[in-house]
Amino acid sequence: MSVIESPRTGAATKADVGIIDCDVHPLPQHSKSLYPYLARRWQDHSEQFGTHLRQPFINTTQYPRTAPLICRRDAWPPAGGPPGSDLAFMQQQHLDPFHVLKAILIPLFGNVASERNQDFARALATAHNDWQVAEWLDRDERLRASLVVTQDDPVAAVKEIERCARDGRFVQIMLAPRSSEPLGRQRYWPIYEAAQAHGLPLGIHSYGIGGHASTGGGWPSFYMEEHYATTMGGPAVMSSMVMEGVFEKFPALKVVLVEIGFAWVPSFVWRLDRLWERMKGEVPHLTYAPSDYVRKHFWYTTQPMEEPARPEQLRRCFDWLGWDRLLFSTDYPHWDQDDPSYAFKMKLSPAERKQICRGNAENLYRF
Amino acid sequence: MPKERVGLVSEIPPGSNKVVTLRGREIAVFNVGGDFYALLNRCPHEGAKLSRGIIVGLPESEVPGCYRLSRPGEILRCPWHGWEFDLRTGKSHCDPQGLFTRQYKTSIEREAPSPDTCGDGGLTAETFSVIVEEAVVFVEV
Ligand code: FES
Repeated sequence: MSVIESPRTGAATKADVGIIDCDVHPLPQHSKSLYPYLARRWQDHSEQFGTHLRQPFINTTQYPRTAPLICRRDAWPPAGGPPGSDLAFMQQQHLDPFHVLKAILIPLFGNVASERNQDFARALATAHNDWQVAEWLDRDERLRASLVVTQDDPVAAVKEIERCARDGRFVQIMLAPRSSEPLGRQRYWPIYEAAQAHGLPLGIHSYGIGGHASTGGGWPSFYMEEHYATTMGGPAVMSSMVMEGVFEKFPALKVVLVEIGFAWVPSFVWRLDRLWERMKGEVPHLTYAPSDYVRKHFWYTTQPMEEPARPEQLRRCFDWLGWDRLLFSTDYPHWDQDDPSYAFKMKLSPAERKQICRGNAENLYRF
Repeated sequence: MPKERVGLVSEIPPGSNKVVTLRGREIAVFNVGGDFYALLNRCPHEGAKLSRGIIVGLPESEVPGCYRLSRPGEILRCPWHGWEFDLRTGKSHCDPQGLFTRQYKTSIEREAPSPDTCGDGGLTAETFSVIVEEAVVFVEV
């Protein structure tokens, strides 16, 4: 296809206030890009054995072939490498034209949360963190990182948090919602203790395989179902963390659900509240109704933005969640990314737009 | 209606497109098996450049388990969220109601749709008439 293009113009004008993008995916340039951050032993391991993920059909991917690497077709850098791997191109295509003041990197490459070989997973987590610092944070001061940890090994995770947190540019601890066990379980609490101690929110992004099928009923047939199924980890995370008493134990803990949607939250929490009224004897450690914990401890990124047929219904959803709870995200360079100028199909006042596109993230991440 | 020169037919081989900026509007001119079609180079959904999409066919099915691919090379899939547009008309194929019932009229629109619309009107990519004279492609804008 021959393509001759003029630079992007006009489209970002509504977001001129400057946005904070809470979900941007960096990718290594090639399969060996993390080697400088991996011990020789693990480089060899990568070559000879590769990853060992908690998923069936080991060499397949849940990603659609129609959007290779689940990326925008226009996001492949002209200089080569996969989308999200070339900082200069990311600046030119995304950070500059969208007026991104800060962008939070969420590296999904390597699927660290799903790696079964825990020694390898620990090495990969450290490599991801060092790679983010050296190749991203140090090269563009707008970028911030998510701290990659091995959630199945909380002792190692805490060590990694201690090692990285003092850098100051890691703004959240990254966990996968499709975890080995529901995330409220006490085995994960050391991570939450460290998160609270360092004032770092948990950024729970819809990735990781965790050994479970994406739906409660097994593996779906169509990518369309698989894409939606990423949301299904959300209620599991939310109910588990609330019911197990995580927020009683860690009252300052903050949780950001990234790319898990948000419109499901109100109806889900109504149901939890009703159940709690009837059966609270089962969870006597809870002081408040589930909705109280949810409103106090959870935040949501906006992409993929819900697009109801009647756009104004979104407003009622925002009203319930709290306008201070929504964090704008694009998901660049993935195919389903949102453009801040067009993502909201309902009318927003300039103040509302600014709050969601920027203000809420400034408060939460203390930018 | 003013006619603007896009380029030589030979510059736009079948299956490819050329992007030109005419009167402040970016227009992508596609060669669909020798026929030329022009679309505003902006997806009515969230504004992606349609010139960067891929050209596909249209899978059709009467019942589950039975599929056929029709109209190969005539459907443009947006590079972002994959909305599909009929290159010949600009009509969207992502709306299930509109998919086979042809409820949208084929039309040549001259006004840019408002960027916020996502109703019926928003489902159509803006099209322009193309004229080919002596191996040169023109668009009416
Ligand atoms: S921008 Fe084209 S489908 Fe969303």
